[in-house]
Amino acid sequence: MAVNARPTRRRRAAHFWNDARVRAVTAQIVLMAALLAGAVYLVHNTLLNLERLGVSTGFGFLWTAAGFDISQTLVPYDRTHSYARAFLVGLLNTFYVSIVGIVLATILGFIVGIARLSSNWLVAKVAAAYIEIVRNVPLLLQLIVWYFVVLGNLPLPGDSIALLGGAYLNIRGLFLPKPVPEPGFAWTVYALVAAIVAVVLLARWARRRFEETGRPFPTFRVGLAILVLVPLAVFLLTGAPLSFEYPEVGRFRVSAGLVLLPEFLAMVAGLSVYTAAFIAEIVRAGIEAVDRGQWEAAYALGLSRGQTLRLVVIPQALRVIIPPQTSQYLNLTKNSSLGVAIGYPDFFNVAGTINNQTGQAVEVIAITMAVYLSLSLAISAFMNWYNRRMALVER
Amino acid sequence: MRITTLALAGAFALAGIGTAAAASPTLEAVKKNGFVRCGVNASGLPGFATVDDQGNWSGFDVDFCKAVAAAIFGDASKVKYVPLSAKERFTALQSGEIDVLIRNTTWTLARDTALGLDFVGVNYYDGQGFMVPKALGVKSALELDGASVCVQTGTTTERNLADYFRKHNMKYEPVVFESSNEAIAAFQAGRCDVFTTDRSGLYAERTRFSNPDDWVILPEVISKEPLGPVVRHGDNEWGDIVRWVFYATLEAEEYGVTSGNVDELRANSDDPAVRRLLGVEEKFGEYLGLPQDWAYQVIKQVGNYGEIFERNLGMGTPLGIERGLNDLWTRGGLQYAMPFR
Amino acid sequence: MAEAVRPRPSEVLPPVTERIGPLAWLRHNLFSTWYDTLLTLVVLWLLYVTLVPFFEWAVLNATLSGESKDDCAPGGACWALIRVRFGQYMFGLYPDSERWRVVLAFAILVAAMVPLFLPRMKRRIAWAVALILWYPPVAYVLFAGGWFGLEPVETANWGGLFLTLVIAGVGITTSLPLGILLALGRRSEMPTVRAVCIVFIEVVRGVPLVTVLFMASVMLPLFLPPGVTIDKLLRALVGVSLFASAYMAEVVRGGLQAIPKGQYEAAMALGLSYWQMMRLVVLPQALRLVIPGIVNTFIGLFKDTSLVTIIGLYDLLGMARLITTDPAWLGRHAESYLFAAFGFWVFCFAMSRYSMYVEKVLAAGRERR
Repeated sequence: MAVNARPTRRRRAAHFWNDARVRAVTAQIVLMAALLAGAVYLVHNTLLNLERLGVSTGFGFLWTAAGFDISQTLVPYDRTHSYARAFLVGLLNTFYVSIVGIVLATILGFIVGIARLSSNWLVAKVAAAYIEIVRNVPLLLQLIVWYFVVLGNLPLPGDSIALLGGAYLNIRGLFLPKPVPEPGFAWTVYALVAAIVAVVLLARWARRRFEETGRPFPTFRVGLAILVLVPLAVFLLTGAPLSFEYPEVGRFRVSAGLVLLPEFLAMVAGLSVYTAAFIAEIVRAGIEAVDRGQWEAAYALGLSRGQTLRLVVIPQALRVIIPPQTSQYLNLTKNSSLGVAIGYPDFFNVAGTINNQTGQAVEVIAITMAVYLSLSLAISAFMNWYNRRMALVER
Repeated sequence: MRITTLALAGAFALAGIGTAAAASPTLEAVKKNGFVRCGVNASGLPGFATVDDQGNWSGFDVDFCKAVAAAIFGDASKVKYVPLSAKERFTALQSGEIDVLIRNTTWTLARDTALGLDFVGVNYYDGQGFMVPKALGVKSALELDGASVCVQTGTTTERNLADYFRKHNMKYEPVVFESSNEAIAAFQAGRCDVFTTDRSGLYAERTRFSNPDDWVILPEVISKEPLGPVVRHGDNEWGDIVRWVFYATLEAEEYGVTSGNVDELRANSDDPAVRRLLGVEEKFGEYLGLPQDWAYQVIKQVGNYGEIFERNLGMGTPLGIERGLNDLWTRGGLQYAMPFR
Repeated sequence: MAEAVRPRPSEVLPPVTERIGPLAWLRHNLFSTWYDTLLTLVVLWLLYVTLVPFFEWAVLNATLSGESKDDCAPGGACWALIRVRFGQYMFGLYPDSERWRVVLAFAILVAAMVPLFLPRMKRRIAWAVALILWYPPVAYVLFAGGWFGLEPVETANWGGLFLTLVIAGVGITTSLPLGILLALGRRSEMPTVRAVCIVFIEVVRGVPLVTVLFMASVMLPLFLPPGVTIDKLLRALVGVSLFASAYMAEVVRGGLQAIPKGQYEAAMALGLSYWQMMRLVVLPQALRLVIPGIVNTFIGLFKDTSLVTIIGLYDLLGMARLITTDPAWLGRHAESYLFAAFGFWVFCFAMSRYSMYVEKVLAAGRERR
């Protein structure tokens, strides 16, 4: 848009400072000079400070032994591994909590968003109350409440709450039976892979047939049946080669089994409950953005309310929903850095510890910023791609 | 008249600068500000540094801040306390946000060298220990295999913990918190079997528990934790001041000088050691760039090491810590002042 | 054959009942189909198992007065804690004798802001701008003291809701102008200006606020010449304001993009300069369009102020946290946090309602046109 570069053809009589182009160039030069000077000044100060203090600079420290332990590690790690490895462990923990949080927040958000529009007065009001309460209280406070008030009041391991299927819940976390594959289990995995391939092929075939002949095929139901039945059959035929290692309640602690730490549980609960309130509003806005005529046309075609939602409304609503949804996923990922307040070893928390052990503040902050930046760029790039794909469907 | 006084004062000031070995930039800045900026524990550690409702600080570490102020200004109240978390403390000192850090900080080789810091002494010899609920029935740290341990981040304790469990081939689950308050809240709620920090910290925190008797501190000391005041690297004159203020409190205890008898001893004592300490003989104040009565002011306003210890940590306080390693060398402890000569 | 097709007499329907009245309402809104009924019952049951115990805890078994946790009845909330420590929740460690200054400053602000909400008031914008210019110095003098014989109060002692409001207030008043500048810069014709603004906005939006605050509290000192120090609160304020301004810039950009090109061209055809065009034509329209977005950013900022507890400032949440460590009230987490949550909620909810009201007024205005 021509905002600054007004055509200036009247060369005569005009002073050069009245020329918008000259002014623009001058302004830019001044800005760049000021920024450069500022940057040089800061870098100079920093280097001077570091030199005066005798602090060594550089990323060499990354390859020395970290010397501290981390409670939740998705890859093998102990105190003898390097700082770089510790960063990786933190990063994976961030991924882990973000992905689980995003999945749960999306499910909960869709449920609440649709409930908000329910014709059932009570359901709609409860959903509205949920949104208004959760959205208006800081996430950090909610996380602290989940951790110190909700999970902090769970019983000690000796009085664990027994849940269905041999799971236990106590203040040390949620203890689940751990599946232990036995020889022969690989066949079930192969069967599952084969079933997935088959379903993908089936879906393609069904879509092509639908586009050519107009005859629908119940892809969803048949696909689900294949996905469940084929591996199950193989699993049973090979003699059910899977056993569970059940957690055992001891006097002081629950041993064995799969453990979800309370820090993790609180993070997942806090992040997904908080983000779900925002997703619910996005979903509601998306559904309301679909023209009333679309509903009426679908009803006129004889579709049920469920079919209308699934086949007509949601596909259109998704286009409105996806862009703001992306920023919610991004927010959730960034918000996982609040784990530092309740002892969850996410990336920011581990980075803080490393900063303290090494004193390499500049390097650690640089790494932290770079990681979060590339994370958000990656997520928004992916969502942009997905968004374009959805938008192309428009005819 | 006024002009002459000013001129005289100026002349004396110039003379003062001339005779002092070398002016310390930190000391100059402190004098200009009119107070010492002293970094203390932000989450509060009973006995070492706590703040009341009105914002008044007290405690063992705080008393050494006051001692430095007393030495410089003759007024122990001229301190600005800067509460710092474990994470912030070193950058705060490096960047000049504070003049001295007295915040239960362990003297280690890495900190002394790579972080650009100088430790001037050890005002408290400590070691890391473990606290467990009495109900757990554990008598020794060697029974802690598989335990979950609450610990504060950004401290030497995190590494000692890892080293100790590894050395004894035991497994554990570290639960790491940003501040000791959170770590303790989680420990009390039963999230962890064990809370670990310096033993002084264990005693201090236990006084804040609702039933201190329900918690036991295990006998093992798994590390050496010499805690002491820290200054920036590079200003040696300032380091000298903080170091000798600390030694003055020790020297005073060794020679029986207390805040109660210091006036009398300054007037009447024949003991050359006491006379040198209190500035009656020799010009130690000038060497340090301080007033001649600096050590007198420290002892008068804050007290000697023993008084400071007993007031904040000793058997008469809720902490009830014995002198132990922190007794004078003459009584079998490690506290030893370099000679005032 | 001869018989003509004639309509059969239509069925006689039963008279319509229950169209109005509470029963009809219930039936229509809660029990219209079998699954609606099921849903209603499930939700009622959920409410029963959550709200009833909560009500018993918070109201029926609650203790309202007392001096320590020993005075609290078991199984109930202990609101006595809030009562005893109310001053600290509001003012932090601000000295008792000086708290009137804070109250006075906020009273002045409220009084000065009343005209802004009077529909008949003219020159509202001018008054708002004037307020932004004269109020901060007045408030600063009252809060920090040191002039006119007021006792100085260090910022380290500021706390509680008071500190939350200071941070949010400063953040709100600085982030809007900064955000507008950034948004204009992002749409500027000058490539370097645009690049600088884009980089700033995207970098700030790409990192979590805690890292910005952490950098401000731990790293900033390293960037400054030796001996130069900046107050911890000021650093947090700068961090929060810069962070919010990046988000504000994106909201404002949305408004700028919604202004038809014709408006720009018409303004230029009239010979307005760039700043005249923006001030007189574009921004008044663009900002009005995005008022809900602006208020939402304010709400986000208000909630984000709670993050300063991580760098050791005692805002409302920090104070609530600090108070739970008091041995006299050990284990009373729930009461303290609930109270803080209520404090945050009141402000955020009020702002969100205001934004909805403005949205409605604006929508009505557009329809009338």
